[in-house]
This record gives sequence, structure tokens and C-alpha cells, in this order.
Amino acid sequence: MGLDLKWKELPAVQKRFLFYSTAATMVFLLLLLRLWYLQVISYENLQERSIRNRTRVLSLDAPRGPIFDRNGILLVDNRPSFKISVMRQAVENRSLLLERLSLLLDIEISELEARWQEGKRFPIYRPVPLAEDVSREIMERIQENSVDLPGVLTEVRPVRDYLEHGSAAHLIGYLGEITETELQSGNFDQYRGGDFIGKTALERTFDPYLRGGKGQRLVEVDVQGKLLRQLQVEPSQPGNKVYLTLDRELQRAADKAFGSESGAAIALDVNSGDILAMVSRPTFNPALFARGIDGDEWRVLAQDDRHPLQNKVISGQYPPGSTFKMIVALAALRDGIAANRSIDCKGDFVVGGSRYRCWKKKGHGPTDLKKALRESCDVWFYQVGLELGIDKLSAAAREFGLGSPVGYPLPGERSGLMPSQEWKRKHYNEPWYAGETVIASIGQGFVLATPMQLAVMMAAIANEGKVLKPQVIRQVEDWEGNLLLQSEPEVVRQINYSPDAWNVIHDGLVAVVNEPHGTGHAAYLENVMVAGKTGTSQVVRRKSDEEEELDEDGEIPYRFRPHALFVAFAPAEKPEIAIAVVVEHGQSGGRAAGPIAKQIIQRYMELKGQASQDREE
Amino acid sequence: MFDRRLVSNFDWVLLLTVLLLAGVGIVNLFSATSSWQSAATPIYLKQLLWLSGGVLMALVICLFDYRHLEYFAVHFYWVSVSLLVYVLLLGKTSMGATRWINLGFFNLQPGEVIKIAIILLLARIFAKTASPLGYGLFELWKPILWLLLPVVLILKEPDLGTAMMVIFIAATMLLFAGLKRGTLIGLGLIGALVAVAGWFGLHDYQRARIRTFMNPEADPLGSGYHIIQSKIAVGSGGFLGKGFIQGTQSQLSFLPERHTDFAFSVFAEEWGFAGSFVLLFLYLFLIVWGLYVARRAADRFGLFLAVGVTAMIFWHIVVNLGMVIGLLPVVGVPLPLFSYGGTSMVTTMIGVGLLMNVSMRRFMF
Repeated sequence: MGLDLKWKELPAVQKRFLFYSTAATMVFLLLLLRLWYLQVISYENLQERSIRNRTRVLSLDAPRGPIFDRNGILLVDNRPSFKISVMRQAVENRSLLLERLSLLLDIEISELEARWQEGKRFPIYRPVPLAEDVSREIMERIQENSVDLPGVLTEVRPVRDYLEHGSAAHLIGYLGEITETELQSGNFDQYRGGDFIGKTALERTFDPYLRGGKGQRLVEVDVQGKLLRQLQVEPSQPGNKVYLTLDRELQRAADKAFGSESGAAIALDVNSGDILAMVSRPTFNPALFARGIDGDEWRVLAQDDRHPLQNKVISGQYPPGSTFKMIVALAALRDGIAANRSIDCKGDFVVGGSRYRCWKKKGHGPTDLKKALRESCDVWFYQVGLELGIDKLSAAAREFGLGSPVGYPLPGERSGLMPSQEWKRKHYNEPWYAGETVIASIGQGFVLATPMQLAVMMAAIANEGKVLKPQVIRQVEDWEGNLLLQSEPEVVRQINYSPDAWNVIHDGLVAVVNEPHGTGHAAYLENVMVAGKTGTSQVVRRKSDEEEELDEDGEIPYRFRPHALFVAFAPAEKPEIAIAVVVEHGQSGGRAAGPIAKQIIQRYMELKGQASQDREE
Repeated sequence: MFDRRLVSNFDWVLLLTVLLLAGVGIVNLFSATSSWQSAATPIYLKQLLWLSGGVLMALVICLFDYRHLEYFAVHFYWVSVSLLVYVLLLGKTSMGATRWINLGFFNLQPGEVIKIAIILLLARIFAKTASPLGYGLFELWKPILWLLLPVVLILKEPDLGTAMMVIFIAATMLLFAGLKRGTLIGLGLIGALVAVAGWFGLHDYQRARIRTFMNPEADPLGSGYHIIQSKIAVGSGGFLGKGFIQGTQSQLSFLPERHTDFAFSVFAEEWGFAGSFVLLFLYLFLIVWGLYVARRAADRFGLFLAVGVTAMIFWHIVVNLGMVIGLLPVVGVPLPLFSYGGTSMVTTMIGVGLLMNVSMRRFMF
């Protein structure tokens, strides 16, 4: 024992106690230094990281802007759509959950499973969508059973609601999921994969106005991404209100008048260029796209040979047929070869060894300009057109907007075709033949026009040469009522003809509808004077008149039947509305297209009467 | 055998320091696990139970003279080694390592028992053969073999953390006993060589931990996750902390193992630098007091026993804190009196009991 104590008293041993205590203190000081570094020096950085750790920003979809007609009647709105999704990490027994959901949602388990797998590419705090746009009953059933459905969420999302269904669908356009290229284009900075944007027509061009501003929810989450509470909300900004130039009542009338035919119809305000009604048939239901169209539905639409997705008003190119004759007549009047010109129609016309027939086999006899228009005598126009030459015809037509886009404000417009000698040299490396001028004079051959071009042409004839740009939008307003955009009538050019020339043409067009023998008598209305012109244009050139291909019923097969056209304006004495109607394979302009134009004009006059009555009251 | 002087010499300072630390630890566990919705007994209550058991055990240890242990040290050593062998052959496997013997109410970790056994054994060896000029290899080859046997067994489990702890404790005692200069340098060199060779003998997960420690941001969601989340927790506490049960890192479960190895991170997040400073001061006081007990010990065995127990507590604290604040690689070492766990609490309280035993018998010869 003594030895023990002695050893302990040794200075070396005493020094060791001191050394150990000092060493321990130094080590603790080192730890404290490190804590100082973390908690004081790096505090801000680590504090920020802890906030980022526990907070997530969730975006709130903005309701898309509503679309109204010119009178403020709602055409396209938003409705709540119920979406069933699931928080993956909150689910313990997946197969049991999917089994229950399969019963409630009436969706195959395998399909739910597939969607679950697909959702794995998103971050864990993002719910996986299992069923989109379910009915309110299903949503309520899910909510009632929520105790047995851990992790299942019901979300409400605004989706497009098309109150007029397929009406004017081609003007309004449809939505679709944003693509990777669009995301990377930089024009959609608020958007993420899975969001819907305007894909065509108005929805696309006016997307910046309609999309609104997304809101944000700052939420606190735990390590599994489970939502704990909301820290901050920035509500979404609904999209702006867009007022169209369309008149819903007139649009409905045009839809109804068109029936089940294929083709297009358009009504323009002669004085402003406003598009009052626009029909392209067959149409489609844009609601299919708003909820995400599936492959089969898409194929049915895309492969239909009547082209329901195409807006035929602006992209359907048809030979204008006899509706082109006013242009020939005007050009001839300017050239001084038409006034008081009488031509004896014997039913055919020979040039360069070829025989061109008038539609009336036995001929019209002696025919002047007015009669030629009224009865649509082909021979008169063959002769006059040939004298003018294709280049003069073409130049006159271009002034009226044929052969190039008329400036429809939404995408997809095609230019039609107005041939010239130079054009033919360039495209076919061939000279222009006289026979081609002959058939171009009755709007056949190379000549092509869209219904929109024909309507613009008709409006320009109606207001004596003032060519107006067609308008789709009246105005765009935000929710405070501030005007963001307002369209003004835009005069593209003024075409100059003598007042006499206009009068002669107007008289001819009035005669078409209002006089006996007029080809457009089907568009006659008692209370308003309608000016119009029929057109029946060949689809394919027949091999010869003698050997027509007929089907069993003795009729020409549908795809070979000629298109029926009718262009009009009214009232003739003080024009307000111009109309172009094309009924594909409708056979006769007067019989198939005329009544459609008539009904639109009739409805227009009724609405006008109601409006003035309302004003008086 | 009971002497009145034992009561008057009872080391109240030591017991109170320990109870204070354990108390803070339990309060901290209350916060760390407050978001757990479980019908079972709350963690902090279980820890309180373990603490009570531990205090009781420490008091029982105080009842008999620690000098009797000198005699039993060798037996105790062999029993512990047998347990290590047993656990290797028949123990409970968890997460790829075999470390436990299931006793029904308690998972016994022979790795913990061996720490006490080595302390007792080395204290006996150094007490018996004094060497005023320091030990040479001739005196040391035997104790080194004694040490290496359990270390190899522990490494077999594998449990690198415990093996390192045993070596650190032994080295601390050895250094205190004194070494000849040449022996010191020689052992140091051997140790360095073994460390280099050991790198190649490490398991993949162990190597990953060390690499992660060097650069935790390389794999923030994998092996770097613990360190990053812990640093964020500690650092975002700032100077005054986020407040009791207000730590977002811990309450929202970003911090893994927050009631065991990373309990200090919870504390640092909620109490800030100020709280950490106080806690570290208490721990340092405990260490210095342990050395003070050693210095006052009545004999060489008591002295080395106290040095060994203090070394054990010291190294646990340093390695654990170094780990949670990103100074050392992640090694599964609990913070004594603070991390949840019966084994750690019992081992620590046995050590504390031994310290108190030595302390209260300082005047008895």
C-alpha cells in the first residue's frame, strides 16, 4: 500500500492527471468550436436548409378565362372536376387499397396499378392521379369511405366546360397536355408537365390571356412528404375574359341550318369584319380534349375522311364555281367590255378545238350581264373571261382577297389559289392555255378559295370595295373590368370601281334571288332583300359527260358529287351581313347551300328586330 | 462491512452530476419522440425506468468494497469473452451484425460487458506491477494479448465502434500507467500500420461511412444523409435554439435515429449553442471529476479503475458528439446518459457505481 501511495505522489504521475484533465478540456473546447461554427457562423445557411427541408411549394391551377359571345353570353366556362389521387407513402397495403378503389371507381385493378407505377417518376410528395374527372357521386362515396382509404385524396381542379358543345369548336379550339418541346420553349414558364394549354385556334393564340396566373401553397411536410399544415397561400389569378365577335343566337341558327351536311358556313358583319357565326362540319366535342383525349377517341377523329378536326372555313379550299362570276363581271366592267354586252348562248363554247358547255344544255339565248349573273350563264363568262385574259382576272380577284390569306386572326388559314401565266410557268413550266382561262372564268380549274375568302369577297362587294379584315375578338377584359384588348375594324384596302359597276353587280345579285329564273331563288325572303350568287363546283373532272359513274340508285357516288356553294349579303339596299356557305358534295348551290344562307339571314333579321325592340322598351 | 464513514464520504457531487445529465437526457427524449403516436410505453418513461434500474445497480455496487473485484477480474474477463464467443455462434442478428443475446426482457450486448471487464483486468494488471520508469514491451505483451482476444471477437461480429472503444479505453489506461519512450513510439507505429491494413479489412458499409464523412454531400440521400441532416439540425438551432419540441428537423423526422445516436442533435437544435455549451460543460465536469476521483483513490487498483471508467465515458461522449456534429465518421456509439437504450444506460451506471465505490472508500486502507 505504501508503495501505491508513493507512486501516486510521483510528480510524473501528478503531471499525468493534469495532462489528462487539460487534454479532456481541450477536446471539449474543440467540440465547442465546432458547435460555434455550425450554430453561429453557418447558422443562416443551415437554417435555410432546414426550412427547405420541411417546406414544399405546391402550385394551384388557375381557372382558364371564360369566353363570351359579342353580347356577353357565356360560351365556354370552367367547372369543378374531381380527381382521385393517392399519396404513395401513406399507403401500407397497396393491393387492398387498389382493390377497394377498383370497386368504388369501377376501374380495373390492373389499370390502377399501371397508373401507380407511372406516378413513381414524380417526387414522393406529389400525389399520383388514379382517376380524372369522376362524378360527384363517386367523389362523395370516396370521401365517405376515407377511413378505409388511407392516403387517398380527392382534389378539385377547374376544367373547361363547353356550354355550346361542338358549336364553333373550330374557332375556339381545344386544350391538350403541354409537350416537352413547349415546356422548353420558354413561353410557358409557369407550366409543368401534365398541365393543359391551348393547342389550337383561339385557345392557342390567346393562351397568354386565358391561362391566368397559378397560385401557390407553401406547406410544411415531414420527412415522408406528408402534408402537415399550410403555411401560406397565394391564390391563383383566373384567366381574362374574352369576348368573341360571335353572336350565340346566330351561331345556333347556323348550326341548326347546316344540319348533318359536311362543309362550312360563315357570316360576317359587312361593316366591321366581325365574324358573327362560323360553322365547320362535321364538328367535334372539345370537352374530350379538356379532360385528356384517349388514343381511340383521337384516332376516330383523325381518321374520319370528313375531317372533323379541320376548320373548313379557313382551311377548306374549294373551287368557287359560279360564285366567282362577280369578279369576272367587275373586271370586265372596268375593262369596258361588259356594259350592254349581249352574247348569244347556244349551250356551248368552242375554243382551241375544245368544246366548253354551259350548264344549261339548250342554252340561254341572247344574254346580257344581268341575265348572265341571274341565270349563271357559263357561255357569257367564257367569252368575257377569254377576252380579259387570266392575268387581268387574277389581279381583280386578288384585290378581293382571293389567292392569299385574308388575315384571319387565328392560325390555320390557307391561301386558296388564284392562278396566273407566271404562276403556271413557275409551277408547271408550261405556258398558259386559253382553255384554262375559259374554265377559270367560271371558278373552276386551278381556282381555289376558302369559304372565309368568299365571305370577305362578298362583304367587299356589299360595301362597294372596302375590304375588311375578319375579326374574331371583340375585347379582352380582366376581372377588374380593365380593357386589355379591343378590336377595331381594319380596312385592308379600298377597291375602286365606278358606282355604275357596283350598281350593275348588285342588281344582278338581287335578281339571282328575287327574280324568276334566278338560280338562288331558294334564298328568297319576303321581308328582306337578299343579294346572292349560287355556285356548283366540280370535284373531279369527269372523263366525259356521256359516261358518268353512277351507283345502283342511279346517283353519282357521294365523293364525286359537286360541292354546293352560296354567297350572299343582306339587306341588299344597305348591306349588314355577308355570308358564304359551302356544302361538300351538296350537288346544287341553289338547292343545298341557298336555304342555309337564307335561314341565317332570316335569323339575323329577327335578332335585329328584337334588339331594336329592346332598345325602344 | 458497512461503515458509517461510507455514508459521510458518499460522492454526492458525482451522483448529482449524473442525475442532472440523465434528467436533461430524458427531457430531451420526451421532445425527440413527442410526435410518435404509439400506444406503447413512451420512450422517455422507459428511459426513466432504465435510469432508476441503473442508479439502483450503482448503489448496489457501492455496497461492497471494490477491492474484491480485483480478485474476480480474471474470472469476469473470461465470462465476458465466453459471452462474445456465444454471441458469435448463437446471437441475435440485426442489420447484418450479430451483437445481442436475447434475455427476454433485455438484449444483452457482450460488447458492452467486455468494456467493464477490460477496465477491471487492466486495472488489476497495472495495480500489481508498478513500473516507475514506465512499462516496456516485456511487461506489456501479455496484457496486449488479453486485449486483442476480445477485440478480434468484436470485430468478427462485426462491431467496429465497440472494438475501437475498447482499444481507446485500454490505450488511455496504458498511457496513464506510463510507457517507455521506445515502447510508446513502437506501439504507435504498430497502431498506424494496423489502421492502414484495417482499411482493407473493413466492410463496404464501414468504408462508405468513412468516405461519406470526408464528403457527405456526395450522396445526400444515401450514406451522407445522417450527417447532413444532423448538421442541418444542429446548425439551424442557432445560438438560442428553436425551443423545446420546436425543432423542425427532429419533430418532422428528417433526423434519423433521433432518440438514440442522434439525440444530441435534437438537443442542439432546440436549445442552441447556449444549451449545448451548458451540456458540454456538465459532461466535462463529469470527466474531470472522474479523474479527481482517480487522484484521490486509496490504492493503485482504485486509481486505474477510476481512470478506466472515466476514459470509457469520455470516449463515448467524444466519439458520439464528434459524429453528430460532423467531426468524425458515423460510428454507432451512443451518448452516455443521453441516448435512449438500456444497454448504454446500464453500462454507464455500472461505471458510475464503480467510480462512486472508489470515491467513497478513498480513506480506507
